[in-house]
Amino acid sequence: MRPLTSQQTLNTRLKHAARLGLLCAGLSTLMLPATANAADTDVPDTIKWTIPFGVGGGTDVWARFFAPWFSESLAGEPTIMIDNVPGGGSINGANLFAVRAKSDGSQWLGTSASTQYPAMLGDPRVRYDYADWKPILATPTGGVVYASPEMGQDADSALQALLKQPVKLAAQSPTGVELPVLIALDMLDVDVDPVFGMRSRGEGRLAFERGEANIDFQTTSAYLSNVQPLVDDGKAIPLFSLGVLNDEGQIVRDPTFPDLPTFNEVYKQTKGEAPSGNAYEAYRKFFASGYALQKLVMVPVDTPEALTEAYRQAARDFIKTDKFKEESAAQLGPYTPIIGDTVSAHLEDAMSIKDETRQWLITWLADKFDVHLATR
Amino acid sequence: MFDILLSSLGQVFTLSHLLYMMLGVIVGLVVGIIPGLGGIAGMSLLLPFLYGMDPSVALGMLMGLVAVIPTGDTFASVLLGIPGSSASQATVIDGFSLAKRGQAARALSSAFLSSMAGGLIGAAVLTGFILIAQPLVLAFSSSELFMLTLLGLSMVAVLSGRDLFKGLAACGLGLLVGGMGMAPATGEFRLNFGLDYLYDGLPLVVVGLGIFALPEIIELLVQRGTIANEPCRLGQGWRQGFRDVRRERGLVARCAGFGSLIGTIPGLAGSVVDWMTYGHAVQSAKDKGEFGQGDIRGVIAPESANNACACGAMVPTLLFGVPGSGSAAVFLGGLLLLGLQPGISMIETHLDLTYTIIWSLALANIVGAGLCLGLAGPVASLTRVRFTILAPLITVLILFAAYQATRATGDLVALAVVGAIGVLFKKANWSRPAFLIGFVLAPGAETYFYQAVQFQGSAAFARPGVLIIGALILAVLFIPAFKALWVKRRQSKTSGVTASPETAKAAEQSPMIGAVDVLLLAGLLGLAAFAWSDVAGLSMLGSVFPMLAIAIMALGCLAEAARYALRRPQWQHQACREELVWLTGFCALIAVILGLGFISTAALFCLVFLLGIARLKLWTAAGMAIGVVAFLVGMAHFLTLTYPSGLLDPWFFS
Repeated sequence: MRPLTSQQTLNTRLKHAARLGLLCAGLSTLMLPATANAADTDVPDTIKWTIPFGVGGGTDVWARFFAPWFSESLAGEPTIMIDNVPGGGSINGANLFAVRAKSDGSQWLGTSASTQYPAMLGDPRVRYDYADWKPILATPTGGVVYASPEMGQDADSALQALLKQPVKLAAQSPTGVELPVLIALDMLDVDVDPVFGMRSRGEGRLAFERGEANIDFQTTSAYLSNVQPLVDDGKAIPLFSLGVLNDEGQIVRDPTFPDLPTFNEVYKQTKGEAPSGNAYEAYRKFFASGYALQKLVMVPVDTPEALTEAYRQAARDFIKTDKFKEESAAQLGPYTPIIGDTVSAHLEDAMSIKDETRQWLITWLADKFDVHLATR
Repeated sequence: MFDILLSSLGQVFTLSHLLYMMLGVIVGLVVGIIPGLGGIAGMSLLLPFLYGMDPSVALGMLMGLVAVIPTGDTFASVLLGIPGSSASQATVIDGFSLAKRGQAARALSSAFLSSMAGGLIGAAVLTGFILIAQPLVLAFSSSELFMLTLLGLSMVAVLSGRDLFKGLAACGLGLLVGGMGMAPATGEFRLNFGLDYLYDGLPLVVVGLGIFALPEIIELLVQRGTIANEPCRLGQGWRQGFRDVRRERGLVARCAGFGSLIGTIPGLAGSVVDWMTYGHAVQSAKDKGEFGQGDIRGVIAPESANNACACGAMVPTLLFGVPGSGSAAVFLGGLLLLGLQPGISMIETHLDLTYTIIWSLALANIVGAGLCLGLAGPVASLTRVRFTILAPLITVLILFAAYQATRATGDLVALAVVGAIGVLFKKANWSRPAFLIGFVLAPGAETYFYQAVQFQGSAAFARPGVLIIGALILAVLFIPAFKALWVKRRQSKTSGVTASPETAKAAEQSPMIGAVDVLLLAGLLGLAAFAWSDVAGLSMLGSVFPMLAIAIMALGCLAEAARYALRRPQWQHQACREELVWLTGFCALIAVILGLGFISTAALFCLVFLLGIARLKLWTAAGMAIGVVAFLVGMAHFLTLTYPSGLLDPWFFS
């Protein structure tokens, strides 16, 4: 009879469990937060910040860094809840936000270069439009292209050597964050042979360190922590930086790398004229949207103006503090976030890519790398 | 260095550090035990607290979490046949078989002990290795990584045994399914049939749940018993588990050492390790007959490897900022949030923090395994509950887990489709591990092959590392055959006529074939033709890998068909009407979920199932249904999860 009794005790245990379940259910309904019911211009109690990337990724960490700063600087210290919706290299999350987000200021979106690029290229999966959103804040980044010392002992000789032999660059995908770098190298007549399929820029750097790639590119914070030691050991030669965008929308030297020429300078030096034409137009637009405005905090365009201004003001308030400056140096690198209308102007300029330029880019990708983009 | 080692040990044993690490361990166990959540959910729970914390304390907390996830997910693998995370797929095969034989407590306790041992060995290896690891990590170029994925794929031959062609076909299908999504070389999209969901390929969690868990649930429902079909006293299982680990200490040490080294290679996720060590356990065993039916070594090997692998994965994460596994990727995010940039500075200027991480890893492994051991006995008694009572709860749990993969309707549909394949595979005895190995290794095999050729040209395959791994692969494939041949010859020499009766019988046995086999052969060949036409229009670099997968699948099927044609097969009755009824029910359930919403449907489904099929009393059933609702609402609240909302959910639960 033993099995039967054990069955009975199990059933009674299950009954206990069921009772516990009832209790839990009751408690949890009591503890759920009461839904907010505030007037239009009041800062909502809870802000849901959609991050179309996975937990722990670059944009996620960026958002989690900013969330407490915003929360503390806004009236009523709202709870900022980060909602990760990864997939499709951020297209899925942005699509969902475009369809579902309410424009009462309670919903934000964090975007990055990989959200901007498909929209500019007319990727058929994209169902969002940057004109439907307006920016609160943008954080820029810079980047440096560097070569292996096999190419030459200093930047000049390395650049000369680059023109003579095909070089390999480990990249993520033809339309990934390396796109402006690929255009830039091509404009300099470097015969670049990209190897795609890296899962991150970090993997690309690893391929460089292993000696598989002889040219590489990193954004500023990764460059400072992982490439600078290589440069110091003579294992990497910095060639040029991408520069930064000043308030007038011109590309100038990156204050982080005051001694390093920008791509524009290198071009002018080797070709004797300033870069121009469709290739440069594509470079400039993708540089602006992917680097100068790399990561953006966006709200739906119908969000009340007063509320949007409150968010922007909060950002202006906290970026002035010393504590923010100190902590952001570790997180964002040595760049100051840009806020409000400056972002809007730059963003509008960057995202409005001419059909002619886009067509050039599509043909270029097909000719150069045998990559055939699906576009709308 | 020694003083830093000791000072960080002192840091680990401070009260605040211990408390936060315990918090990490507990969160890690909870998210590890609930299938489908894993490290990422745990991190998202802890990350909000992280910002502004003292780095060494925060690292202890994160490490506590990362270290115990491969321990906690063993519960689901052993008790329910659900691969809790990618680290415990191989555990399912023998662990769940042991549970079905009433030895869940034995399987669990040896799993936890070997996890603990593996974690400790991994931490010990890491202590010295991290200082010299940099050149080794850099020695693995894309060509060596490709060879390692091949080594993983060669395990298909080990695991499929006599049904080699079926195994090949299954592996080919896995490779094909794994090749869906973006082609790494050209960025083209393959085999997505115009569906947005398939642009990223199928998520591993969904495939794992579909191929392993769903067929087991359905089989248990058809049998109408308990999970454990042989009675067993629990206390005994405990002691037996301890004895097993002690007896197999050599295996534990080998697998843990191997796991921690493979873990250090960036880009090869932990999912390769458990198959490789499982294959090793099979090959090194003298008596292989029990593998797949419940051999404890099939649990010990992957479990000691996966915790060690989690330790090893810290090397590329800390030194290069390139995570070696999924949870290491999330850990990397935590590091960045603490303002620490990974890189060589982690051993030059922050060596104390690095050793704090390693000590926390070791300590968390001990604590985590200890807690799990305590839970093992009581939780193992679940296997003696009537399965019809558990079935609705487990069904809701796997739907919940699958939907968390990408939070798209497609997750549920894909679960049903893969589940149907799993049911057919199980019925006709086609190797499901072979399918999963193919699926898991497809992206690595393709990407690394392409990169190796692009970077190094034909020189890629003359590198010493490549040749060494190549020799290993040949050894895996051919040594067992030679050994068998040799043993046979010696036996026939020494004893003349009395060749081992079993091998003789096995050789004589004609192949079995049934309706499901025929269906699968025809279906896979049809799929091959269809998929070929889909990828034929792509560029050469984009289409060559799926074509290779199709070729493997088609050749496997054709060879199997030829085998039937040459040797007259025995017709085997493979009735699966009941399975199909349950499967249809499952699809209907998904349809209702999409219509009404997940929480409402889950509650209704549990209630109806428990009353109508399990025949429980009304209030017990109601209590359990409410418990399910509380679980789902609680998870959504604390982990900011979402479910399919449908028509009813917004009314009741928002």
